Amino acid sequence: MEETPGDESALLASLRRGEPAAFEALVRAYGGRLLSVSRRFLRNEEDARDAVQDAFISVFKSIDRFEGNARLSTWLHRIVVNAALMKLRTKSRNPEEAIDDLLPQFDEASHHVQEVQEWRESGDAAVERRETREIVRAAIEKLPESYRAVLMLRDIEEMDTEGTATLLGITENAVKIRLHRARQALRTLLNPHFGGAPHLGGAPHFRGAA
Amino acid sequence: MVLYCREFVGFLDDYLGGKLPPERRAEFEAHLAVCPPCVNYLKSYQQTVRVGKAAFADPDAPVPSTLPEELVQAILKATRG
Repeated sequence: MEETPGDESALLASLRRGEPAAFEALVRAYGGRLLSVSRRFLRNEEDARDAVQDAFISVFKSIDRFEGNARLSTWLHRIVVNAALMKLRTKSRNPEEAIDDLLPQFDEASHHVQEVQEWRESGDAAVERRETREIVRAAIEKLPESYRAVLMLRDIEEMDTEGTATLLGITENAVKIRLHRARQALRTLLNPHFGGAPHLGGAPHFRGAA
Repeated sequence: MVLYCREFVGFLDDYLGGKLPPERRAEFEAHLAVCPPCVNYLKSYQQTVRVGKAAFADPDAPVPSTLPEELVQAILKATRG
């Protein structure tokens, strides 16, 4: 399925000549992958498909502006992420949804209120199981959208802070704050699945150690 | 200066990202040396990031090799003007 750069340059040349068959070939070659990217951001299948359509329309209009210094697949990926985020933004009525309940709590002395247990199993091993991956994806979907978008862009799409800020129309500082909160909230959501290490012999209570 | 758990967790990403000045970093490390809950928190935070990435790098994920045909046709129609 992966196009080689050679295939890409031939396809790109045909696209620039405005050959309709080339555009159809592009849609067929890359569409499936773009749909799966779009689905990461948009749970509703119709929205995910609409974003793919918006992305290809945008590609069709701007193919002349593609400079060829990036892979075509990378460029398409960015365009569909952008289209999905646009849709997410228009659908998100409350972009600053509360996330506080999922953040760690501290007492007056600034210590952890709840016991922080060691996770019982390396997440890296657990995530090799399909069931675990589904749990993790479902937990990410539970995050408020404005936080989920930042987490998806920074941690999953591995976009940098500046690019994420530009794409979402927020400051870099807001990206940093939301990312940290999103990760903390996700940790809270995953804790019941990975936490609860049985401490043989009874570990000392954490406050005694702090 | 004594560093508490609240502050440790609040600036954990800067600590992990190596963005703290050396003296501040030393305070974080001193806190870790005496606070098992924060050690656990740090480890599980790092695991959270890793499992998040891994959950989407799923070789079994349903990646459609082709778009649904009606969507292909809708896109072609929309771009034919």
